[in-house]
Amino acid sequence: MTVAEQAPAQAAPMPPERGAEAPPHPLREFWSSFSANRGALGGLIVIIALVFIALLADKIAPHAPTDQFRDALLTPPAWQDGGSTRFLLGTDPVGRDILSRLIHGTRFSLMIGVVVVTLSLSVGVFLGMLAGYFRGIIDNLIMRVVDVMMALPSLLLALAVVAILGPGLVNAMLAIAIVVLPQYVRITRAAVMNEVSREYVTASRVSGAGVARLMFITILPNALAPLIVQATLGFSTAILDAAALGFLGLGAQPPTPEWGTMLADAREFIRRAWWVMTFPGVAILITVLAFNLMGDGLRDALDPRLKT
Amino acid sequence: MSAFIVRRLLLIIPTFIGVSLLAFTLIHLIPGDPIDLIAGERSVSDERRAALEIQFGLDKSLPEQYLVYMTNVLRGDLGQSIVTRTGVLGEFFARFPATIELSILAMLFAIVVGLPLGILAGVRRGSTVDHVTMGVALTGYSMPIFWWALLLIFLSSVTLGWTPVSGRISLLYFFDQVTGFMLIDALLSGQRGAFASALHHLVLPAIVLGTIPLAVIARMTRSAMIEVLSDDYIRTARAKGVSPFGVVGIHALRNALIPVVTVIGLQVGILLAGAILTETIFAWPGIGKWMVDSITRRDYPVIQGGILLIASTVILVNLTVDVLYGVINPRIRHAD
Amino acid sequence: MLEIEDLTVEFGTVARPFRAVDTVSFGVAEGEVVGIVGESGSGKSVSSLAVMGLVDYPGRVSATRIGFAGNDLKALSNRERRHIVGKDIAMIFQEPMTSLNPCYTVGFQIMEALRIHIGGTRRSRRERTVELLAQVGIPDPGARISNFPHQLSGGMNQRVMIAMAIACNPRLLIADEPTTALDVTIQAQIMELLISLQREHGMALLLITHDLAVVAEVAQRVVIMYAGQVVETGPIPEIFQSPRHPYTAALLDALPERAKAHEPLNTIPGVVPGPFDRPQGCLLSPRCRFATDHCHATQPAFGGTPDRRVRCHTPLGHDGLPT
Repeated sequence: MTVAEQAPAQAAPMPPERGAEAPPHPLREFWSSFSANRGALGGLIVIIALVFIALLADKIAPHAPTDQFRDALLTPPAWQDGGSTRFLLGTDPVGRDILSRLIHGTRFSLMIGVVVVTLSLSVGVFLGMLAGYFRGIIDNLIMRVVDVMMALPSLLLALAVVAILGPGLVNAMLAIAIVVLPQYVRITRAAVMNEVSREYVTASRVSGAGVARLMFITILPNALAPLIVQATLGFSTAILDAAALGFLGLGAQPPTPEWGTMLADAREFIRRAWWVMTFPGVAILITVLAFNLMGDGLRDALDPRLKT
Repeated sequence: MSAFIVRRLLLIIPTFIGVSLLAFTLIHLIPGDPIDLIAGERSVSDERRAALEIQFGLDKSLPEQYLVYMTNVLRGDLGQSIVTRTGVLGEFFARFPATIELSILAMLFAIVVGLPLGILAGVRRGSTVDHVTMGVALTGYSMPIFWWALLLIFLSSVTLGWTPVSGRISLLYFFDQVTGFMLIDALLSGQRGAFASALHHLVLPAIVLGTIPLAVIARMTRSAMIEVLSDDYIRTARAKGVSPFGVVGIHALRNALIPVVTVIGLQVGILLAGAILTETIFAWPGIGKWMVDSITRRDYPVIQGGILLIASTVILVNLTVDVLYGVINPRIRHAD
Repeated sequence: MLEIEDLTVEFGTVARPFRAVDTVSFGVAEGEVVGIVGESGSGKSVSSLAVMGLVDYPGRVSATRIGFAGNDLKALSNRERRHIVGKDIAMIFQEPMTSLNPCYTVGFQIMEALRIHIGGTRRSRRERTVELLAQVGIPDPGARISNFPHQLSGGMNQRVMIAMAIACNPRLLIADEPTTALDVTIQAQIMELLISLQREHGMALLLITHDLAVVAEVAQRVVIMYAGQVVETGPIPEIFQSPRHPYTAALLDALPERAKAHEPLNTIPGVVPGPFDRPQGCLLSPRCRFATDHCHATQPAFGGTPDRRVRCHTPLGHDGLPT
């Protein structure tokens, strides 16, 4: 008796698949996972848009950011009574166009992000590698300093650094870069320590690879995923902290159109001119949200173990 | 358990020494003459300069100066404010209760709202509830809180007239500060409406300060919940016939709380950073506002002392969290 | 008592599903010991989880019927099913160390099962728990009751799991690789314990394992699974004397007990197909030495008699060759 002869066709409950399918390429898989996350994609789109706005600020902005229109102090936004299409989002107490200031402020926020992340990432990775690779005294020294920095609330540490260096945008960026260092040091150190004991590192060491080569070419790529995620999220921290310092009058100084600085004396106008305090905050929120969304998306796509 | 606590106590000593070194170095890193900075005067006479140098031990070598500084610190002498000429430690303790009161209420708000939201989102992973909760949480997490404070003042205080704009209690009430905690003092005063007024003043600042911790707690609880729900013992519990409510409430929550408690502990630093901004905006007389004021006034002894005291507070709170962690996680408790 | 008909469990998207369990049918009679044998990934664990109602989204379970003692588990509401699961059907798992909740004492976890299904006073539950711990051979049960799982060894934890499973006198115990994660010396003890408890209580035992030798010793009937499908079922002696499916034959040949002296052990070439390389015809065809063009092109049906079923176009005869 042969079962097959009785019921050959019905016997295949499985929809026949066309041959063997290969698992997708890692990069493709990353992209399909990243782009399936609508939030992350939205974040990316907003960030690209912000980059364009920053690059083309001079062309897009209706007015210069520091031009004071003395005939139009505290003009409400265009859609409100007394508003005019000349100043779409209204003007501030000295008659500057808020929209133009926001557009130019994009440059500062993105620059702050780039400078802070570049600085803290490079120094942090370097220190983390030293600590993780050499261990011993170097590691202890670096990690104790990191512990101390972690014991201080970030903004307080930044304030302390600004107190030493004096207020200003450059000093604020430096202060923030110092404050966020510990995170990069810790991530790199952990990754290096994790990788150093692996066979492939031993293999390349045995085959005569130098320390620098070992670190940057063999070990570092393996720590890349968490570092990329941290760097993306670092943008939002940098922008937020710089805005906070600007708000406290210790970051970028007036008349710089930095978003936080724009809010510094907005509290006075809370009863008379809501638009003065509203729009810069919306700009900060949207930008920070975009970077956080992208950071979350990257984390999920790059490393499922890091999923939150 | 006690061995565990002792071990943790020993571990914080190097951190504390590091913090004191940082605070000590601060004064020496600032460009300019330390005497000018400490005296807070432009032109110091030569005699006064010499007197000050001896008073602050500036004629000695740096290591010696540090020893003197540390001896003073351990004696409770953190120097004097240039502006008010009062002791830094005394000023700190006069303002600390205001910050603690605000922080506790903010944390309560964050936990009471954040924890259930996180649990719900984790259990209903992928549902609309999950997406909405996490969207709101991420927005809260991305919020520039000084702006959030302004926005809430604008909506709640200016437009709707629901909450006071600033301060700790209505000017109608006046009583002695016994504990420094306005809520407690108001009750002790026995004045009608004082407690309600104090609470009324706390609502907005607490919401503002609690927003970021709330977002962090909700996100962390969600992910801890998702991870725990895929653990083997959850399957065992379900195989036992435990109801979904019991699976989440008894088996998953207890395990999920372990990382969440750590995160709540870590929020203390974030909370104090947030307090700097929140207190400034709500004119809340706590240590955050004290620090900002001191920095703008260049009151360096206060900055130095404040950093040391705040860092010590964070270190102690982290220690407490560590111990608490041992209590809810039996695996750690029995490790020694 | 337990009758599974055409049980299918799919994972992955609806558009591109992956069938972890593919139209599986078998049954377990009252008091009977049945073994499910297969390699890892053959769907043997997933099928039992599906019976317990423990397959979660995104897994999708469908079946013509999952009958248990007069009920259709498929048709029951979750609430009704929970009255049966944990009481009449209990299950123990492969990893005793992770299968117990690290935050609660073992006593609490056993008493919880009693509280849900039996009730009684706190005191009576505690007494019963001590009794159960003694029954599964845990020394000093009165003290062990307040231990946390991490304070006990893997073997002890598995005994706790067994105590928890038999707490409500189940009619069917599903044991999913109960000894795999344990030390070799402990494995035999746990197996003996399971069998003696099965005899004492007269409960049915569904033993999931990759070890055909264990099944041969303790089971009356066996279900052989391959890549999510049942390829052969039947009583133990018949299956061992004359396997009808080439896969069963190969499994038997791979048993060290059957190896001829001075000859290398027989192995089955190739691996179980994964989600990306499912063959079009018989799932075993790439690895089967008897495979024909017909085998490569069409899936065989699950034929034979109710007592002895096989999924093969050309089942093997007594001579071990295709008919």
